[in-house]
Amino acid sequence: MPYTAKIKVTLRRSILDVQGKAVEHALKNLGYGTVESVRIGKYIEVTINEEEQLQAERIANEISQKLLSNPVMENYSLELELVK
Amino acid sequence: MADVLVGVVVFPGSNCDHDTEYAVASFEGVKPVMLWHNEHDLKGAQAIILPGGFSYGDYLRAGSIARFSPIMQEVIEFARKGFPVLGICNGFQVLLESGLLEGALSRNRDKKFLCTQTSIKPVNCSTIFTSRYKEDDVLTIPIAHGEGNYFAPDEVIESLEEHDQIAFKYTDSLGEVTEAANPNGSLKNIAGIINRQGNVLGLMPHPERASEKLLGSVDGRALFESLFMHIAGV
Repeated sequence: MPYTAKIKVTLRRSILDVQGKAVEHALKNLGYGTVESVRIGKYIEVTINEEEQLQAERIANEISQKLLSNPVMENYSLELELVK
Repeated sequence: MADVLVGVVVFPGSNCDHDTEYAVASFEGVKPVMLWHNEHDLKGAQAIILPGGFSYGDYLRAGSIARFSPIMQEVIEFARKGFPVLGICNGFQVLLESGLLEGALSRNRDKKFLCTQTSIKPVNCSTIFTSRYKEDDVLTIPIAHGEGNYFAPDEVIESLEEHDQIAFKYTDSLGEVTEAANPNGSLKNIAGIINRQGNVLGLMPHPERASEKLLGSVDGRALFESLFMHIAGV
């Protein structure tokens, strides 16, 4: 029974997000004066074919820590959904 | 005496592999051997160089996918045994992702991809990679990167300083470490670091691009020379 892990990877607050800054400036130039800040991250969907939800969750966490994010400068969060 | 054999790893997307091969081959008694990412054989290499480029397209994060390639499992093992491993630019990023060096490289402070000459100085000249330099040297060596902004938590920076692991810093042309001379926002102007054991060096500047008069500088040669003389036992 496949599960989809929806994983968000974001830069830690202490890391300067130059991409976010560039988009923030562009939005301000477009006249959106109330835009205060922009942070850009990554969204990753991984389909995992496991019977047990707990096992799928364990794998999703493991790959997030091992490859999908770099804990020195990034955080991740994930949601698991049963594929119907 | 047999030639010193130096392995140059080729990932899909490496683009300084042949420059590195060319620079290595310019030393007498030293022979480069190219190592494809999908192999497990280090072919008898006595030192490994991870060259610059965009391994695996820099997908996900620079160096993150290369770190899990078959050849890297052997390189990590090789480094853990104490043999010399040098990572240049993207190679430095791979070393950080693989955990052989501490910290991370994020996007340059000023958003730009930088391709320019920089002045750097060797901070610790007692390593196997820097023994041919002097601490008051100011070297002209180019950088070419978009993600060279060195970051590490405070305790890691303190530990790097305490154990003399900062190998190179960006300076002005007089050798002063100033904020204006910092091209990419790296903490403490760090351009290169070495591991505690002293056998793994990573740096963003390209010594292979400063290894011949025609290229505008020969200041990178002493880095290779230090390493090759160490291996040859000279």
